[in-house]
Amino acid sequence: MNVQELKAKHKLLKEFSYPHKELFRGYTDKVLYINMDTNEVKEKAVPAAMKEKFIGGKGYGLRLLWDGTRPDTKWNDNDNEIIISPGPISGITQYAGSGKSLVVSISPLTDIVIDSNVGGYFGPFLKFSGFDALEIQGKAKNDVIIVIDGINHKISIEEAPGEEIDSHIIAEQLTEMYSETSDPRDMKNVSVISAGMAAQNTLIGLLNFSWYDIKRKKCRLKQAGRGGIGTVLRDKKIKAVVVKVPGISQDPNHVADMEPIKERGARFAREMKELDAQQCRMKQEGTAHLVNVMNDYDLLPTHNFKFGSHKEADKIHSRVWNSKFTQGMNDGCWIGCTMNCCKGVDDFELKTGPYKGHKVIVDGPEYETAAGVGSNIGIFNPEAIIELNFYCDTYGIDTISFGTLVAFAMECYEKGIINKERTGGLELNFGNIDASLELIHQMARGEGFGKIAGLGVRKMKNYFAEHYGADINFMNDIGMENKGLEYSQYVSKESLAQQGGYAMTNKGPQHDEAWLIFMDMVSNRIPTFENKAEALHYFPMFRTWFGLMGLCKLPWNDVEPESNALEAEPNKVPEHVDNYVTIYNAVTGSNIDKHELIRQSERVYNFQRTFNIRRGYGLRKHDAQPYRAAGPVTAEEYLSRQELYDKQMKELIGVDPKEKTVEEKVAITRKYRENRYEQLLDAVYKRRGWTPNGVPTLEHMRDLGMDLPEVVEVLKKHL
Amino acid sequence: MAEIIVNGHKISWKEGMTVQDVLDAMKYTFKLIIVKVNGELVKREMYGSYSVPDNADVEVNHLISGG
Repeated sequence: MNVQELKAKHKLLKEFSYPHKELFRGYTDKVLYINMDTNEVKEKAVPAAMKEKFIGGKGYGLRLLWDGTRPDTKWNDNDNEIIISPGPISGITQYAGSGKSLVVSISPLTDIVIDSNVGGYFGPFLKFSGFDALEIQGKAKNDVIIVIDGINHKISIEEAPGEEIDSHIIAEQLTEMYSETSDPRDMKNVSVISAGMAAQNTLIGLLNFSWYDIKRKKCRLKQAGRGGIGTVLRDKKIKAVVVKVPGISQDPNHVADMEPIKERGARFAREMKELDAQQCRMKQEGTAHLVNVMNDYDLLPTHNFKFGSHKEADKIHSRVWNSKFTQGMNDGCWIGCTMNCCKGVDDFELKTGPYKGHKVIVDGPEYETAAGVGSNIGIFNPEAIIELNFYCDTYGIDTISFGTLVAFAMECYEKGIINKERTGGLELNFGNIDASLELIHQMARGEGFGKIAGLGVRKMKNYFAEHYGADINFMNDIGMENKGLEYSQYVSKESLAQQGGYAMTNKGPQHDEAWLIFMDMVSNRIPTFENKAEALHYFPMFRTWFGLMGLCKLPWNDVEPESNALEAEPNKVPEHVDNYVTIYNAVTGSNIDKHELIRQSERVYNFQRTFNIRRGYGLRKHDAQPYRAAGPVTAEEYLSRQELYDKQMKELIGVDPKEKTVEEKVAITRKYRENRYEQLLDAVYKRRGWTPNGVPTLEHMRDLGMDLPEVVEVLKKHL
Repeated sequence: MAEIIVNGHKISWKEGMTVQDVLDAMKYTFKLIIVKVNGELVKREMYGSYSVPDNADVEVNHLISGG
């Protein structure tokens, strides 16, 4: 069916015209609210207090979600929302990494707020269409698409029975359908959000945000991957959200002062041109440059995070990805990004599944994907990793959660907790490519063991205990989830600070709050609990700020100016922090400094913690980690690093390992490490202004100006 | 035995040992690093020629990447 025939089948459910408001200093101060239960569409004004305290992006998402839901709203209740907000800086084209959006919802995996940061053109186009945020509530009766027409200033909800669900197809269909003409210069003015078949049959669904790649004449996809928001989208029976704009001007944000932004952008572009090749090679390899580095430092998760390196890791070395990626293309996921790290494998011929034989573009693999669907499940075949990457994306599931949950299932298979009978014939040994691919196709079809695995690690653990009598304690030790979210792909065993960077996060163990492994484990820069607590205060707050602004984190520290070596705190990359302060002030006309930047984040971060507490979570017990994140669960793991662990036992614990059995040494090490983690929690909570139970104090909230009545009401119950 | 300290870890020292030799001995392959020998900054282009003296305190600060 061609797109005209598909469009002819659409049934208009609602059309809403709005007066367009130009952006002023990064904001329109309007939210677009759409209710799928009633087809209500309306504009909501952003109150001044919301703008002041929540800034934009994730902050707006949290504020709107708090107001739109009840403390006991479940992910699949009608009042759950999906909120997409880019933030005030998003949409500038003069500085790298300035086209991001933050997506917020109640997660099907964690039952708390999830936030996910994503590129692609949708967020900026939403702003150019007149809105600081899109708030979607309710559920449609039949499959629909939402169209935000920023050219004619109309919103429509249309039943759309014919379009495909899988993202690589529906993104192309709707881009063609809603582009003004078939000229690529018009096609690039359309962006589509979609999920995929596995998003609706699992709890790990993601959202793909598209942009049209003029040179390749194809839609590209970036993912809001974490926490199952694609599952929420499909539960609302939304196939896609489309936005179209007339074009992209030089200054659509109507910033207060363009010159400083241009100057910092040019400075950054010079750094990329002169230094990237000798630093991280982001232009050639993207984040995949890290695969071999992580392996060299014993940090690359292999076999469900048991080990940090593997003898076959050379097969997925960054030079392999360099050779697979098409070089010499502009690969930014937003216009003007001089980092250009969004790599793609062109004309990849699929070998399995419903698209077998098709030649497709695969966006990535990024590091997390190469490790997640590669080393962590024992796969060191680049072609298989690319194929799994493609199907995760088009089926709409998160490569990180998929990798970690398959790794868990594989370990359970090898331990005999599950077997061929229980998996419906899948031989889930580490490294089994065919079984991994069949599993993902099962997830898309909603069949077999794919339905169980698609529930995620936490629910799988309970399922195996309940149905197969598995030892829940052992599964809690090896099941790499915290708060219900699967771990991202770094081995944190030897870095106490990174253990906190994972398990003390608001949304679950994602690396976007704090990545402290090198600073802690390798460089030994934060040896004391106080040092670690300071890092676990500063970096999560600093990095929260990207999510308020619509910024990508990568340009902050994946290339660094030569002068950074002379800085007192080079890990903070002070010159780039100053770029961000300068750009924020230049966009908004404000006059903040680097300290107020942190305060802006602290307000939102503590609000999110309070949001979790309001929902019955967010306390110390919810920051507990699976022991595998902290140390060796099994004798096999202990023996793999015996020299290190024995040395630590003697020097740090004060116990001579000579006369001990391996099992005794595992137990001694565990006791020591678990105690250290509790001490870390105490230190970090104190630094963050929280009680020993992890509750923000009223004094701290008052100091931040976040002692809002509804916040105080929640916190008082726990103080 | 002659030794140097690298990021708090003792390793053996050899006559003529350069910064690059230290990085190789430690298997430090990451490129975003700042090296100081006894507090003195060593530029990247000097790694292969800068001699590390016996008993030196070598800091190899690995900057944050990833994530």
